[in-house]
Amino acid sequence: MNLPVIIKFVIDLLAVLLLALGIKGLSKVKSARDANRLAAFAMSLSVVGLLSYYLGTSGIAIQSWIWIIIGSIIGSLLGAILAKKVPMTSMPETVALFNGCGGMSSLLVALGVAIFPISGGQENFDFFKSLINEVSISVSIFVGAITFTGSIVAMAKLQGWLSTPGWTQSKFRHFVNIVFAVASLIAFFDLINGNTSSIWLLVIVSSLLGIGVTLPIGGADMPVVISLLNSYSGIAAAAAGFVVDSQLLIVAGAMVGAAGLILTQVMCKGMNRSLVSVLFGGSLSAQSTASSGSGEYTNITSCSVEECALTLEAANKVIIVPGYGLAVAQAQHTLREVTKKLEQNGIEVVYAIHPVAGRMPGHMNVLLAEADVPYEQLKEMDVVNPDFPATDVVLVLGANDVVNPQAKNDSSSPLYGMPVLDVQEARTVFVIKRGMSAGYSGIKNDLFDLPNTSMVFGDAKKVLNDLIGELKDLGVGEK
Amino acid sequence: MSFISLLWVLLLGSLLGLELIGKVPPTLHTPLMSGANAISGITMLAALTLIVKAEGNVPLLIIGSVSLGFALFNVVGGFFVTDRMLAMFSRKPSNKK
Repeated sequence: MNLPVIIKFVIDLLAVLLLALGIKGLSKVKSARDANRLAAFAMSLSVVGLLSYYLGTSGIAIQSWIWIIIGSIIGSLLGAILAKKVPMTSMPETVALFNGCGGMSSLLVALGVAIFPISGGQENFDFFKSLINEVSISVSIFVGAITFTGSIVAMAKLQGWLSTPGWTQSKFRHFVNIVFAVASLIAFFDLINGNTSSIWLLVIVSSLLGIGVTLPIGGADMPVVISLLNSYSGIAAAAAGFVVDSQLLIVAGAMVGAAGLILTQVMCKGMNRSLVSVLFGGSLSAQSTASSGSGEYTNITSCSVEECALTLEAANKVIIVPGYGLAVAQAQHTLREVTKKLEQNGIEVVYAIHPVAGRMPGHMNVLLAEADVPYEQLKEMDVVNPDFPATDVVLVLGANDVVNPQAKNDSSSPLYGMPVLDVQEARTVFVIKRGMSAGYSGIKNDLFDLPNTSMVFGDAKKVLNDLIGELKDLGVGEK
Repeated sequence: MSFISLLWVLLLGSLLGLELIGKVPPTLHTPLMSGANAISGITMLAALTLIVKAEGNVPLLIIGSVSLGFALFNVVGGFFVTDRMLAMFSRKPSNKK
């Protein structure tokens, strides 16, 4: 071993260590920000390690430098600009877009190596001759393409640029996807047999497969898909690591792949959905409305914003349950104004965060943090559930399935077993909702029928604005 | 590196990932997802390798450069956006009474 090899070895080892520490640090609120920077530092370190290795061994041609600089500047600038500009509410689609680009990068690397076998690769690693190399190229292309097109479709659907076409809800789509999958398999084996031209077939059909699998999935299941695709982009990176023979790439890719899988699992659990039903079941509402038509609402109490304000004024302890609807209405800042008024009146306010509230796990926390809600007031489900019996008022804002008591009481309900917030234990529950439409599961919510529940109909933001007005009239928070 | 040792690297890396990430509270899942996503842009190293080894092959240089651009878009954007989210958490809750 000569010096450049040793230096690169040490730097790689250090980078892996720092990346692992970074991911570990991201698991605690206090250390998360530093950990993120540590991971970013580790990534830059790995680049320095690689470049210094080539400088010390084969050298880097001027021409290569030019292309490196062009690619880096354009990519980094666009990424930085998007990251600074994007609003917090569109975080899921932003992650999807970044993720897709990571997949595209792996795809291009594999494609480049496949089309132009590199002369004199690393020591005794014969590019594109060994079977292993071809397999890793194929895997990298396959996973990279699925990640790219899947992420782009997910982003477009979350942005509302794409809707779910009707035919994708029929059984026909399984047939289409199976055709794509089989075609990719054929291209895969053809490629391994040495037929280089089938690489284009592989690129095309795996791209189509990514679209075909993601397109039928309903908006509410999208976070699960993004998380899964995030895992795929890690796998694609690891596969690219096999292509260019880099342990660092393999380790980092494998870590991200494992992370995505865990996150996906957590999200599925929170929604009481299995990964299989998310991927192959189509949108949930289509099938479950028929099976769970457990009757009409019989005992709905609707009330005005004024009544709601009066009850809030008299309360000692208020719990807010924010949900998807709040995120969609972008009403988190208005909500914060309401709670500020209540706090100034000496009322204790706590936010109950269901694990899948918002559009991604943890998304609601980010949105509320953006609206300056103190971190201590955000309580997780397990912590807050025992507090409901001692609570005067619960405000449910755009949440539905996560507060459905059916999940605890009715073993025939499709929601049965899903962890929910026990809001019905509180003295009074106000549900702010646009209309009587069901949640994304399409299941009737028994909470709405309970005598201590009142519905306040209207857009979350508008209702909250009216609420501020009413509270002002009552002199709440005027001190 | 032999293929077998690379497989070991893959296995141990996956186990490390499972172990590290299994303990994250739900609050941090979105930042974590976006942070992990940024790390998956490590393919930038593969893109760099491609460019360095292209030896004047212009199409390959272009593919490598585009690939590097995509990867860095993922890395830089991912870390910045994660930092933005986490900055909100670490803001001191001074307005609490």
